[in-house]
Amino acid sequence: MIDFELSPEALKAQERVRTICENVFRKISRKYDENEHSEMPELHELAEELKGEGGLRGGMNRDFLTNVIVTEELSWGDLGLTLAWPEGGLGNAAINAVATPEQKARFGKATASMAITEPGCGSDTSNITTTAKLDPETNEWIINGEKIFITGGKTYDNVVVWATLDRSLGRAAIKSFVVEKGAPGRELVKLEHKLGIRSSDTVAMVFNDCRIPYENILGSPEIKTRGGFKGAMATFDATRPGVAAMGIGVARAALDFTKETLEKEGITIPYDKGMHDLSAVQKAVLDMEAELEAARLLTWRAATMLNKGVRNSLEASMGKAKAGRMATLVTQRCVEILGPCGYSRDWLVEKWMRDCKITDIFEGTGQIQMLIIARQILGYTRAELK
Amino acid sequence: MADFSLNEEQKLIQETMREFAQEEFRKLAHESDESSTLQEDALEKVCALGIFSSSIPEEYGGHEMERSALNTIIMAEELAWGDLSIALGALSPLLMMTPILESGTEDQKKKWLPNFCGESFYASTAALMEPRVSFDPFALQTTAEERGGKAVLNGVKCMVPLADRARQILVYAKGASGMEAYIVDGDAAGLSVGEREKYMGLRALPLFTVTLKDCEVDLDRRVGGEKGIDYNRLLNLSRASLCAMAVGISRASHEYALEYAKERVAFGEPIAYRQSIAFMLAESAMEVDAMRLLAWRAAWKLDRGEDATRESTLAKRYCADQTMKVTDYGVQILGGHGYIREHPVERWFRNGRSFAALEGLAIA
Ligand SMILES: Cc1cc2nc3c(=O)[nH]c(=O)nc-3n(C[C@H](O)[C@H](O)[C@H](O)COP(=O)(O)OP(=O)(O)OC[C@H]3O[C@@H](n4cnc5c(N)ncnc54)[C@H](O)[C@@H]3O)c2cc1C
Repeated sequence: MIDFELSPEALKAQERVRTICENVFRKISRKYDENEHSEMPELHELAEELKGEGGLRGGMNRDFLTNVIVTEELSWGDLGLTLAWPEGGLGNAAINAVATPEQKARFGKATASMAITEPGCGSDTSNITTTAKLDPETNEWIINGEKIFITGGKTYDNVVVWATLDRSLGRAAIKSFVVEKGAPGRELVKLEHKLGIRSSDTVAMVFNDCRIPYENILGSPEIKTRGGFKGAMATFDATRPGVAAMGIGVARAALDFTKETLEKEGITIPYDKGMHDLSAVQKAVLDMEAELEAARLLTWRAATMLNKGVRNSLEASMGKAKAGRMATLVTQRCVEILGPCGYSRDWLVEKWMRDCKITDIFEGTGQIQMLIIARQILGYTRAELK
Repeated sequence: MADFSLNEEQKLIQETMREFAQEEFRKLAHESDESSTLQEDALEKVCALGIFSSSIPEEYGGHEMERSALNTIIMAEELAWGDLSIALGALSPLLMMTPILESGTEDQKKKWLPNFCGESFYASTAALMEPRVSFDPFALQTTAEERGGKAVLNGVKCMVPLADRARQILVYAKGASGMEAYIVDGDAAGLSVGEREKYMGLRALPLFTVTLKDCEVDLDRRVGGEKGIDYNRLLNLSRASLCAMAVGISRASHEYALEYAKERVAFGEPIAYRQSIAFMLAESAMEVDAMRLLAWRAAWKLDRGEDATRESTLAKRYCADQTMKVTDYGVQILGGHGYIREHPVERWFRNGRSFAALEGLAIA
């Protein structure tokens, strides 16, 4: 039944996160943007403090829509800090999605990042070259290859690595493996310096004859030529609404701030005026609000489908495509509207513009989302629509 | 708990109306547009579906289930998908009926509502828009003055659907208490229906200029009596409905372009194999869904009796812009063929342009 009302739990979680953002995130936001790669004791103290409440994200037990709401709120506070949150990252989402009960018991408590991207391939995930070979004598996997742009690779313990069992078999042979902290041959080789989300570390790792137990493979080791890759891609259906929510949160931060600032200058935003009576700035703000709402509703829809266990790849990509693009444009516009002050590092708007750009890039660029949508509505394969 | 799927009743409405629009409206759309005629038959058939009487309580002659803006706009999307002009014409009785249902006095409900429950189409309409570049529904220039126990209306209205045959026209005017609405007989002294207006689109829909010159109306014709109308709410109900119609037009164009792009071969393969075409289609699909969700949310809020001014305004702006983009893509994807009137995409493009200007031509 069509209903736009959020559950009481979602509203409560939103409220709670909002307070945390105002009291902690916003206060250290600039500091860790300026001091890339420094320790963030406030974040760890906060994480400790919140343990009693079941953590900030409440584990992954919450329903998907509530997670989306919480993520938007956190990102409204600060996207870099959200991504750096000590409770874990994308790797945990992947583990939660496909791990066996034994694996959940072993890896569930540890934090985990996700390593798919390589120097030679990003969007084209089917082309990865990192290999996993089974050593029949020791019953261990041997991982070899290089991964880049791993969010939280420094902060988090484990890393979920995508590797191929046999390059000649293409996508079906790509599997994911949990490589634990301290595994021999796992080495952090680079810390990236970025445009935004600077408080979140992004690293490169090399795996050099890195040996891990047989039981660290996620999903089945069998190479199914049909649909084998789909399981891996299905993780994205679950995580994309979250990334969309990140863009929405940052865009809302910028828009809220812009409206408040304009109001101090005596400019309010009317919803009951004809277009001839609106200024260019008022029109721009109205358009941005509409864009933001459109992105949010598409994202909420994708999340509610996950809650119901309905296939949502199309809807998840719509939300992600819209939100990533919207956030990029809205934050740019907000900087513009606020003139020299918007451009100044005294305010956070310029930072939000830098931060949110990532939401149109990671977890599949805007273009890749459009490809997914187009293939689905046209009924095309990857060969037909490249 | 947030959810975005139709319930059984709504699915039924959607299915029935989609089928109806396909069977009845689609086959008439081209010819009606070319000849600028609205088939009376189509109006009667819509009426026969019982869509008016089902929103009217039994005590006024109807068999109301539960009046719902959301259900109405689900229907409006489908009918507009069939054809916008015919849909606007066929639903025009709502323009008088809804304000009476919403704000009418008991006497007004008793007097007027049974008309909409009959077997045949009760021609009635509303006059809101005014012919000026900077028209703004919040600054009407048509006035209502109380004089000698009557209301005297003065002003010029435009884009009044079916004014030539309407038994009554609901005239919106600025009065002492703000925006007011009067039920004026189509043949009232002082009301004159001008020449049929000519527009880029909506060609099948008879639209007229209506001039009010010292037009005297009994005070019991003021909707809501002393209390008057909730003008904002009526505008918001109108916007929700227009948004849904914008979705209908956009979806029609998108679907047509998608099928065409799969068939049309250029440089040895279907044009849809190329990203520049496929991405226009993907964007259209995404925006059609976004528009619909915004429209639904406005209607949902209105059904809860909440103020939906912000939601309706944002939805209306968004839908007007996106409809222009989506219907433009529709023409673009067909290339030169899209420019030729044998294909419907140019009609949807012309009709799509109307939403930015339209206020009050449909209501939920
Ligand atoms: C800060 C940051 C954090 C990241 N975190 C992670 C992480 O935790 N784990 C991880 O695995 N990866 C991560 N990534 C990597 C990210 O997912 C990739 O950068 C992204 O998917 C794009 O890949 P690429 O950079 O190789 O660009 P490319 O794939 O080289 O793309 C370049 C451009 O071409 C376009 N393009 C590519 N293919 C097509 C096509 N078929 N049709 C149309 N256009 C196309 C793209 O949209 C893009 O605009 C992160 C990246 C950054 C910057």
